[in-house]
Amino acid sequence: MSSIKLRYDVDGSDFISCGKASEDVKRTLKSIGMPSDVIRKVSIAMYEGEVNMVIHAEGGVAEVEIFEDRIAIDLIDTGKGIADVEKAMQEGYSTATDAIRELGFGAGMGLPNMKKYSDDMQIDSIVGQGTTVHLVFNV
Amino acid sequence: MQTIKPVYLDADKCNGCVSCMKRCPTEAIRVRGGKATVMYERCVGCGECVKICPTGAKKEYYDKLESIEKYRYKIAVPAPSLYGQFNNLTDTDFVLTGLKRIGFDAVYEVGYAAECISEATQQWLDYAPVKPVISSSCPAVVNLILMRYEHLIDHLSPLLMPEQLAAKSALQEALALGYKREEIGVFVIAECAAKVLQLKRTDTIDGVLSTKEIYFPLLSEMNKIDRPEPLKKAGKIGVSWGSSAGQAMGLNNDNYLLADGIENVIGVLNELEHDKLSHIDFLELNACQPGCSGGSLNVENPFLARTRLRVLRKHAAPTPPRPIDRKDCSIEQPYTGDNVFKLADDRIEAMKKMIAVQEIYAKLPGINCGSCGAPTCMAFAEDVVKGLDVRCVHKP
Repeated sequence: MSSIKLRYDVDGSDFISCGKASEDVKRTLKSIGMPSDVIRKVSIAMYEGEVNMVIHAEGGVAEVEIFEDRIAIDLIDTGKGIADVEKAMQEGYSTATDAIRELGFGAGMGLPNMKKYSDDMQIDSIVGQGTTVHLVFNV
Repeated sequence: MQTIKPVYLDADKCNGCVSCMKRCPTEAIRVRGGKATVMYERCVGCGECVKICPTGAKKEYYDKLESIEKYRYKIAVPAPSLYGQFNNLTDTDFVLTGLKRIGFDAVYEVGYAAECISEATQQWLDYAPVKPVISSSCPAVVNLILMRYEHLIDHLSPLLMPEQLAAKSALQEALALGYKREEIGVFVIAECAAKVLQLKRTDTIDGVLSTKEIYFPLLSEMNKIDRPEPLKKAGKIGVSWGSSAGQAMGLNNDNYLLADGIENVIGVLNELEHDKLSHIDFLELNACQPGCSGGSLNVENPFLARTRLRVLRKHAAPTPPRPIDRKDCSIEQPYTGDNVFKLADDRIEAMKKMIAVQEIYAKLPGINCGSCGAPTCMAFAEDVVKGLDVRCVHKP
């Protein structure tokens, strides 16, 4: 049984309309008839990931692979990287600018929510080179 | 879930343009053999196809006024949006008296029942296990959630539509007067296709008439009335339910979000899916803009109708607390979702089909032109995988 592979360019210039990739993934998962609680978790976590890429890294690429029993998502950017991953994982910690907070983003819940809603999360980040967040959801 | 058929096609008038297909929010329409066809299992009854159709080929189902004649005791149950259809109206008693003159023996206002639902909703907000609570009053929105947002079903208010509560109460009153059930005809006057179909399935309702069909007979009788009978029971809140924000106004709680127009409703549901609305208590979501005065079975411009409702609200009595029994206002069967968009019941089978869909889609131009008779290239790819004999006009 092969998997379904999806790839999205996440446009870093416009975070008001951000969420197109997670929207499409959600549509695909509904077409496959994935359980609704799994769709909900993927939808929340992936949206947070997209917003993060746009706010902090001027966009990137989202690679999604759907298997019968799990969904793997890699969010890959070539942004400034995360200096202190442990700190970034703390609820409420954010390096977003005031302007972005004004718009209701940058509340410091992005990574914590991604961790909360996924079954496994790994962060590979090199300062100055970029970040890849690996998310896995069990079905 | 029962398949609903809110609209039908006058095939002679349909010229095969793709207007309705492009507008449908659930991609339920295909143009086949030059005619628009509806995949009814995907239809939420929003009426967008009726509103956009340039040739008047798309039509709603509803019962004819003559159908009330079968019954000895005929009750009209008018929706509040009806009040917004008349010029210079300051007293809803003219409408209610007019309804009696066109053949009804009694009237029971949906607006009054709506005030009871407002009260019951206030109570439910104290108990609801998940917030925000989504109003259950627009059946097109409820259908959309059951079909496409299964994991949001817990947010739906477990209360009846005001029309259902009104019909139930009207029937109880008639039975108390000594009429037998079969002698009583309960007729809701509705403004949209979604309500017609939802209410036709309700056993306390014997028929659903349309605002546009009763409008002229009613207007002509209303013009003859010097002094109307004192029939109205709905106050300011009940009248306000006829267009957007009416429900929210009845809550005594400012922490609500209001969206109208089916695409805007979808936008809000997507936000809710992203868990962005947990700080909100109540969502008033209306498929039509601005709320029920935008229903396709109305006669007046929706925005003018809303302005008229505002005038009527000024003249209406303040709504006092309504005595309610929350159980009486509640739905009997819990909601059940039905994901109609899945490619197959078996997940592995559905995944295989999705892989095939992606392969086909990759070869398509991706311009969503609609010339093939499907609304998007993705919908076309799905149709091919489902085994339909369709061709892309750009990639022969």
